[in-house]
Amino acid sequence: MWEYTDKVRDHFMNPRNVGEIENADGIGEVGSLACGDALTLYFKLDDTGKIADAKFKTFGCASAIASSSALTEMIKGIPLEEAEKITNQDIAEYLGGLPKEKMHCSVMGREALEAAIAYYRGIPLPMAEGEVVCECFGVTDLEVKRAIEENKLQTVEEITNFTKAGGGCGKCIPRLEEILREVRHEAKPLILDQRPGRLTTLQKIKRIEEVLEREVRPALRKDGGDIELIDVDGDFVIVSLRGACGTCKKSQTTLKEYVEKKLREQVLDTLIVEEGK
Amino acid sequence: MNTVYMDNNATTRVAPEVVEVMLPYYSDLYGNPSSMHTFGGQVGRAVEEARGRIASLLGARPDELIFTSCGTESDSTAILSALQSFPEKRHIVTTRVEHPAVKNLCESLDKLTGHKHRITQLPVNSDGTLDLALYEESLSDETAIVSAMWANNETGVIFPIKEMAEIAKSRGILFHTDAVQAVGKIPINLSQVPIDFLSLSGHKLHAPKGIGVLYVRKGTPFVPFIIGGHQEHGRRGGTENVASIVGLGKACDMAAKQMQDENTRVKALRDKLEDGLLASIPHALLNGHKTLRLPNTTNISFEYVEGEAILLHLDRFGICASSGSACTSGSLEPSHVMRAMGVPFTAAHGSIRLSLSVYNTEAEVDFVLEKLPPVIAQLREMSPFWKSEHKGKIGSSQCKCSCS
Ligand SMILES: Cc1ncc(COP(=O)(O)O)c(C=O)c1O
Ligand code: FES
Repeated sequence: MWEYTDKVRDHFMNPRNVGEIENADGIGEVGSLACGDALTLYFKLDDTGKIADAKFKTFGCASAIASSSALTEMIKGIPLEEAEKITNQDIAEYLGGLPKEKMHCSVMGREALEAAIAYYRGIPLPMAEGEVVCECFGVTDLEVKRAIEENKLQTVEEITNFTKAGGGCGKCIPRLEEILREVRHEAKPLILDQRPGRLTTLQKIKRIEEVLEREVRPALRKDGGDIELIDVDGDFVIVSLRGACGTCKKSQTTLKEYVEKKLREQVLDTLIVEEGK
Repeated sequence: MNTVYMDNNATTRVAPEVVEVMLPYYSDLYGNPSSMHTFGGQVGRAVEEARGRIASLLGARPDELIFTSCGTESDSTAILSALQSFPEKRHIVTTRVEHPAVKNLCESLDKLTGHKHRITQLPVNSDGTLDLALYEESLSDETAIVSAMWANNETGVIFPIKEMAEIAKSRGILFHTDAVQAVGKIPINLSQVPIDFLSLSGHKLHAPKGIGVLYVRKGTPFVPFIIGGHQEHGRRGGTENVASIVGLGKACDMAAKQMQDENTRVKALRDKLEDGLLASIPHALLNGHKTLRLPNTTNISFEYVEGEAILLHLDRFGICASSGSACTSGSLEPSHVMRAMGVPFTAAHGSIRLSLSVYNTEAEVDFVLEKLPPVIAQLREMSPFWKSEHKGKIGSSQCKCSCS
């Protein structure tokens, strides 16, 4: 069981300011059902530019709900310019701390606030402008960089705790390591490990795609079929057979005896090809 | 506050009768079962008597049982034994929904043994059942062992272990089943099913934690995992956990007597709970096959809400359950079982498992039926995805998760 502070429990059990605001001045939506948490934040300003009211709707765990509730309490009654300065650390502190694996909930609160302010000002959301580095959770490099800088993160694991990036398939981890090094101004290690079997996932994917494109697809297309690379997870190459192959009874044989053989010959001799559903 | 314990697939209450038979072995009867004196000898007899009771629940011979420290040790022992018995075979067939005791072991074999292994993790259908044809296709001359769970801990879905074991046997391949969730809940007769290895764990059937059994069929090649003294005929070193063994013997006796109750009264309670929840809560989906399932387990997804939030609200009422949601597991994705079944994200994050035992009452079921629906309604009220127009439609996701 997670160790939550009394404050987190209180804001989870008795969340403040749940709901929507009609004709809100700012609306910020972040997260998604697929990612496991999402937050919509609304605020309304008074004549002096202070936040007169704030409300939220959240899908997520206890700390996501508590972070949202805390955020609305923190921004009510203060000028927009001041609300803008609130960081995820401030939200976590307000709650008396969050388990480290749950820090991403406070980050989500901050991002919703930013999105709502950008909406109010009619400008594009700065963080969304970056390049998406983690497809699993839709996290951009700018978001990762900021999380590293503001929270003084040292490891990829910490990046995952704060932004979720890297917590799914793991494909983006090499890129996260790179960003971590960049931000912390560390040079890349000079000698790259070149042994086969030490390919990064990105390199693996690239080579597998090349072999599929060069040799496998042309052969399958002749029979009215096709193949798509779905995922690479360690030695497992998950593919989907399309067209005539998808319905062909021999597809297992094709996968093992042809595709797997080709990939083992040309990429890595430990690869295992499987069909994704 | 009363505790309403519906998390029996996680662990069970130690039966008071079991505690009672164990106590003397913590006080007066502290002898070492291997000792050459009467004082230890009587303890040795108690161990053998317990072994006989456990064997009779399984339809096995007493000398086919090895006491271990837990279900996980039994799983590791069986799989590593098979790999050492056939060092030239480097292929393992297992499933995508195994408990980490099997799944993580299989995935770490290369590091552990220094050899490459090919692991086939068989997919499951959306109701959690297995496709026998796919299974048969996956076997090869390279296959050292098949390891498939008898019943799934998250959904309760039962695999066709008899058929699977027969197919493996006909191909001369060793067969292991993790029966940790099945033993004591459904009838098992190993004289009729050609299994080589079977794992069970005491704490899932009202015996204490920290005691397990590995069944090894007579004649099956065996290489020990824990090497030391001559205990268990040299098949598992270490002085026996006597009190727990005696307790497990009693628990198996009781399970045999209560099996009928489990499959009628407990099943009826489970069905009432499940039907009630599905009827009173819209957008609730059953995870797992309706009938090919343990009598005590139900796993339901409540769309648009998140599992941990549900559990914490239930906790307020003293109701103990568990969830396959990402947040409860400490990872960021829903459980591997939900993903293997292809449960949509809208539902996977909100899955709740309720697992009953003979100690549950109808009043407790009624209590959950009263408390759970308002919790879901309250959380949905708060959820940005819960709109009145959500009628039967499953939400679409914007985020491309890998967990398909
Ligand atoms: C199917 C299954 N296998 C193995 C185990 C592990 O058993 P133990 O806790 O005794 O190691 C469990 C318990 O969680 C289980 O449900
Ligand atoms: S792309 Fe980042 S975890 Fe999958």
